[in-house]
Amino acid sequence: MTSTYGAYGGRYVPETLIPALDELTEAWAAALADESFRGELDHLARTYAGRPTPLTRAQRFAPSKRLYLKREDLLHTGAHKLNNALGQAVLARRLGKQRIVAETGAGQHGVATATVCARFGLDCVVYMGSEDMRRQAPNVERMGLLGAEVRPVEFGTKTLKEATSEAIRDWITNVEDTHYLIGSCVGPAPYPEIVRELQAVIGRETREQILEAESRLPDAVIACVGGGSNAIGMFAGFLDDQDVEIVGVEAAGAASLGSGRAGVLHGARSSVLADEDGQIADAHSISAGLDYPGVGPEHAFLRDSGRARYVGTTDEEALDAFRRLTRTEGIIPALEPSHALARVEELDAELIVVCLSGRGDKDLAEVLGRA
Amino acid sequence: MSSAASAKTLVIYLMSGPETPALAEAAVEGGADLVELGFPFSDPLADGPVIRRAAEKALAQGMGTQACLEGLAAVRERVGVALVPMTYSSLLEAYGWERFGEAARAAGASSIIVADLPAGDRSELRRIQLVAPTSTDERIRLAAEQTDGWLYLVTVTGTTGSRSEVSLTLAAFAERARAAARDVPIYAGFGISTPEQARTVAELTDGIVVGSRAVEVAEEGPAALRKYVASLRHALDA
Repeated sequence: MTSTYGAYGGRYVPETLIPALDELTEAWAAALADESFRGELDHLARTYAGRPTPLTRAQRFAPSKRLYLKREDLLHTGAHKLNNALGQAVLARRLGKQRIVAETGAGQHGVATATVCARFGLDCVVYMGSEDMRRQAPNVERMGLLGAEVRPVEFGTKTLKEATSEAIRDWITNVEDTHYLIGSCVGPAPYPEIVRELQAVIGRETREQILEAESRLPDAVIACVGGGSNAIGMFAGFLDDQDVEIVGVEAAGAASLGSGRAGVLHGARSSVLADEDGQIADAHSISAGLDYPGVGPEHAFLRDSGRARYVGTTDEEALDAFRRLTRTEGIIPALEPSHALARVEELDAELIVVCLSGRGDKDLAEVLGRA
Repeated sequence: MSSAASAKTLVIYLMSGPETPALAEAAVEGGADLVELGFPFSDPLADGPVIRRAAEKALAQGMGTQACLEGLAAVRERVGVALVPMTYSSLLEAYGWERFGEAARAAGASSIIVADLPAGDRSELRRIQLVAPTSTDERIRLAAEQTDGWLYLVTVTGTTGSRSEVSLTLAAFAERARAAARDVPIYAGFGISTPEQARTVAELTDGIVVGSRAVEVAEEGPAALRKYVASLRHALDA
């Protein structure tokens, strides 16, 4: 049986993929047990990606709190996505797969994937909804420069949901020579676990850095949740610390955890936006990276267990937080973590860490268009 | 099943919709031995563009689970052949896994197919299992043990939809499946659209499934579908 998070997770995929998922599970276990894999990843993280990323005090943004930002926006390519893409690229090489296929919403995972493919000489195809290509044009151009082929997805919502379906269909068709480099802690097992472990570096570093800065653990950690990979990476560092409050922030119009139901999407059972027949509903968010009707199965598990709680932020609240952080701290955040920033003031906690998952260059057109 | 002992089984897939009872009747008149009825899902990972678009259209026409079950019952009143709903896990999760199987049988189905529920998971849910060219012999044996009546051989590594050629590796795969499945009937589908392909594939298996092309022809109406299915039937019986 495949790994699950309580009643969530699993492998709800066509039979064609099962042997590839078995192969991936074995290769992942072997890699974890291999010192040289860890060593290679650590070396790449330090010398190529720019780890560790700083933990920055943000005094002017939230004067009534002791707020720190975990600066994944300073990672190479501008978002936490590179942590996962680098790890899976190394894994793909161990599997002997020369071709990489990926989906992208905001384009950050697509850019990270195109980047590691350029770095390792792998062929790269990225599926992206045509609506997202419009919203995130600079990232489309970056992927092209990096040598990736961006394939527009023109049907359905023309966003991340359909891009993910098309990437999985490509993988089904080309599974013999292709690794599917999924971008979030979603999909069939073992993907949610792989992505979590590769992003867990965020939480590990944050834990060390906050202990060094404050000599104690934070009262709360907070992160935005679309599929949920930056959040699960941050949370992983604090799940065992029962006194640390854990808060995930969804886009109000894409609240898979806040207003979803148990359902099956993209290979896993999780909490999804769906109607009473199980048909997946459309999500709506100004942030392409959160505009997804599903979420990683571990988040559904953490919600049910009560260890984490999940709240929502509207488009307008996120835009307000985006502008405030830019003006008070001189940091232009991506719209995705702006959703988490918007909830900081109302937390009871005093010492808080926000995972600033990415930088906002890609969002300028969207934000300026609404000014 | 067809009357002749040596006859190959012809399975036709149709997407559920308002016209399905008339179309299913036409398919059976053309020589279909079994009709699969697609219960549309918004995100069908195993399907290529034709069936994906048909699913979008069906959902826009209001073909939710209850409407599909009623459609199944209506088809049951019109034809005598075996009927099998084919759908995705999300519909069963919402309806209730066991309850869905029971409701389908109550409406006249002989079994069900769940395209994204591989053998070994939810084994208590009786259904027709699929095997793919990538399946190990061990997985083919498991699927054959757990399957409900016959084994669905996915002929290509890919999604549903027409292909210009029958896969060169199909013979070896069919032989492997036959050895592992022993006397469980094997019907092959995915990528079969022409009478020539139907004949070629049927020589290797006990029957064939035609989906995407049948869905396309069905858009032209019952008469066109009857003629198309008859051409497949003729190829299998020749």
